[in-house]
Amino acid sequence: MSIDISQFLDTFYEESFEGLDIMESELLNMDVGAADDEIINTIFRAAHSIKGGSGTFGLSAVADYTHIMETLLDEMRDGRRQVTQPAVEILLRSVDVLRGMLTALRESEELDSDSISASQKELNDLLNNNDAGSPATGSDVSSSNENSIIPTDDVTPDAWLIVFNPHRHMLKTGNDPVRMFRELATLGEISVESDTSLIPAFNDFEPEDSFISWKITLKGEITRQQIEEVFEWVEDDCDFVIQPIVSEQSAPASAEAVSAEPENTQEEKVETKATAAPKRAAGRKSGGESASIRVSIDKVDELINTVGELVITQSMLGQFGEEEEFTQSHIEKLRDGLAQLERNTRELQESVMRIRMLPISFTFQRFPRLVHDLSGKLGKKIELKMSGEGTELDKTVMEKIGDPLVHLVRNSIDHGIEMPAERLENGKSEMGVVHLNAYHQGGNIVIEITDDGAGLNKDRILAKAIKSGLVTEGDVLTDEQAHDLIFQPGFSTADEVSDISGRGVGMDVVRKNIRSLGGTVEVKSKAGEGSTFSIRLPLTLAILDGQLVSVGGETYIVPLVSIVESIQVKQDQVNLINGRGEVYKLRDEYIPVVRLYHMFGIEPVSETLDDGLLVVVEAEGQKIALFVDDLQGQQQVVIKSLETNFRKVEGLSGATILGDGTVALILDITGLVSLNRTSAAPDLTVITNGDVAA
Amino acid sequence: MSDMTQTIDTSDLMASGDGSHQYLTFMLAGEEYGVDILRVQEIKGWDSVTLIPNTPDYIRGVINLRGTIVPIIDMRTRFNLEQLEYGPTTVVIVLKVNNDDKSRTMGVVVDGVSDVYNMPEEDIKDSPDFGSAVDTDFVKGLATVNEKMVIVLDIDHMLSSNELTAVDSAAS
Repeated sequence: MSIDISQFLDTFYEESFEGLDIMESELLNMDVGAADDEIINTIFRAAHSIKGGSGTFGLSAVADYTHIMETLLDEMRDGRRQVTQPAVEILLRSVDVLRGMLTALRESEELDSDSISASQKELNDLLNNNDAGSPATGSDVSSSNENSIIPTDDVTPDAWLIVFNPHRHMLKTGNDPVRMFRELATLGEISVESDTSLIPAFNDFEPEDSFISWKITLKGEITRQQIEEVFEWVEDDCDFVIQPIVSEQSAPASAEAVSAEPENTQEEKVETKATAAPKRAAGRKSGGESASIRVSIDKVDELINTVGELVITQSMLGQFGEEEEFTQSHIEKLRDGLAQLERNTRELQESVMRIRMLPISFTFQRFPRLVHDLSGKLGKKIELKMSGEGTELDKTVMEKIGDPLVHLVRNSIDHGIEMPAERLENGKSEMGVVHLNAYHQGGNIVIEITDDGAGLNKDRILAKAIKSGLVTEGDVLTDEQAHDLIFQPGFSTADEVSDISGRGVGMDVVRKNIRSLGGTVEVKSKAGEGSTFSIRLPLTLAILDGQLVSVGGETYIVPLVSIVESIQVKQDQVNLINGRGEVYKLRDEYIPVVRLYHMFGIEPVSETLDDGLLVVVEAEGQKIALFVDDLQGQQQVVIKSLETNFRKVEGLSGATILGDGTVALILDITGLVSLNRTSAAPDLTVITNGDVAA
Repeated sequence: MSDMTQTIDTSDLMASGDGSHQYLTFMLAGEEYGVDILRVQEIKGWDSVTLIPNTPDYIRGVINLRGTIVPIIDMRTRFNLEQLEYGPTTVVIVLKVNNDDKSRTMGVVVDGVSDVYNMPEEDIKDSPDFGSAVDTDFVKGLATVNEKMVIVLDIDHMLSSNELTAVDSAAS
């Protein structure tokens, strides 16, 4: 009996990617020189599982490649090889290559054979240097190395056809194709045909990238070596194929036969590569979110338990339906049953919600690698601090926040943190610090990216903004307004576009992405001291524990987490400041009283504090006392956004639907605190005077 | 009043091939106004709403429309017309409004629904310019049906978020 193993392929990919993540983070943890055996073992095991799995599924390219990695790791494990920084770097790169291979295979796309063979070569070099590698590996590789150059034949043909396809970044390496063409022209008669089909629309066009490829025909008595010399400097930054064009008279038949075959295959390869590239880009875009979720068995067990209880409650309640007569004792039992049902429902709801919630460490875990790579590339010394990794947020939100976060972190590293020398000059420690922090605040999750770099340069921002017409000269902007300009479309603070940031995606895209999640992003910066980007995201689908309060004829919901206490006060326990600002003395604190009916413009039931209650709430370290008519029950409510069909309203964080189908608004305590600061307090002299008189 | 609720299946009312559209008309202070019928989600009777604080007075509040929070706009207040006690014919037309790359659902309170007309595009004439005296920004045009004038509204413009916030800041 044969088993269809393809059904396990998805699991294999998922596990392999997890294995790669483990390898990556362990490699970054590895202490060079004195590597922990356990760490190497972990990495080895991950590589080994990938190799085994890929062998089972017949993915020989992956299996062969992983085999080399495994051999290398095996030697490190046995202590036959030192763990060196270059080795770690090479292994890190190979993790990337492997990830690329697996992604390509999963999406059934072309493998990027260039980078694979390059990385394979790197690994082999490392292995052979210490001549501890197995000879079998070496031969494995050369056979799979597709990039081998056509053997140089001794015949000098009449002309050469050179297909020259520079990689996009080639111009940045300082190589100029025009100069190369001139060089070629010195060898013989040259004619160049360019292929401009890959040039993107003007909006997407990066002037420093190279999109053109060329077909060069070179006539004259030239050897292959001479041509190769011209391309020597760009070998790694382009794809190029040199083919002899042999005219019938001069070419011996044998030579033609030799060159004909590789010619065809190479030509094909070049073509497929060109078409594969855009396809890959498109595929990656859509594949950003994974459709499956890994849930710990605890959460599932909890869910099963709750459902079990629900079934018991249901059967208990079901008995009542069969009763002939309904007595008082039945009603008692029915009440009990309903209470139990309510509890079961709430637990079930919580368990289901918890399945979708993941700790933000899933997003954070990619940053050590990013920081490691970037700091190496830029020659900066950067320490990455992370806190609040356990903060849970909805899976969908987490997946979408990944890219904006990466951009902001790159930005902090590239533009924020200065070079070590500059830092020392400014009296800072050589080591720059990028701090990622996450915490819950109200119904939001806040993610902060703080760096202790140079901060935003207001003058430069303003100069740029004036140049691009965002502000006119003479406009006076506060620091906040100026800093906010960096989120405008088409605004890049970098003086020149660098490889790290400023590559097409600007801060405006970051803001747009965050807004599309219903969040906000803000920047606070102090020149010379660093910047903090705060992203505030709603916990979508979140359920809130709320206290229902009534004001006038309306019902509002106060998030339970914000409530400090609820108290009944006498009018005379409240003091007036300047005849307007009411404060209540709670133990040794003076708390401003906010009359909700006034703030919301509702007809009050009573204006005297004696008739209602004060609900003391806290937000951002500040307390206010909300004057309400009465407290109703406590209830879990499903947050519904007001912005879906309306817009944000100050002082409200959303709405919910109560048991009777009516809409109740949820108070945004943070918003109320700031609203209280800005809005005028009611004139209370009349009321209090009246009170005194009475 | 809930028996007045009726859902219009918009798929039966696709624009006919001759370039004409169907318009649902409603009455407001004796005038007849028309909206593109494909934007009408449903028509329901007036029911109580939940007030939203600190919003312009023409925003009556929000209702629960099968789990979605939908704002309700009083057209009489919006057009600065005299207030009228809501009566048995007062209805809420639930509309789909597209702007800012997103589509919103909103309800408008009108005196009553009137009719459904087929109007070719060319029969809708531009409204005359009243200067600043009358705000005609959200009037798409005027059409004549059975010797009566119908004011065709551009609801995307009328109920855009800009409009809502702009008026709000002006009011406060």
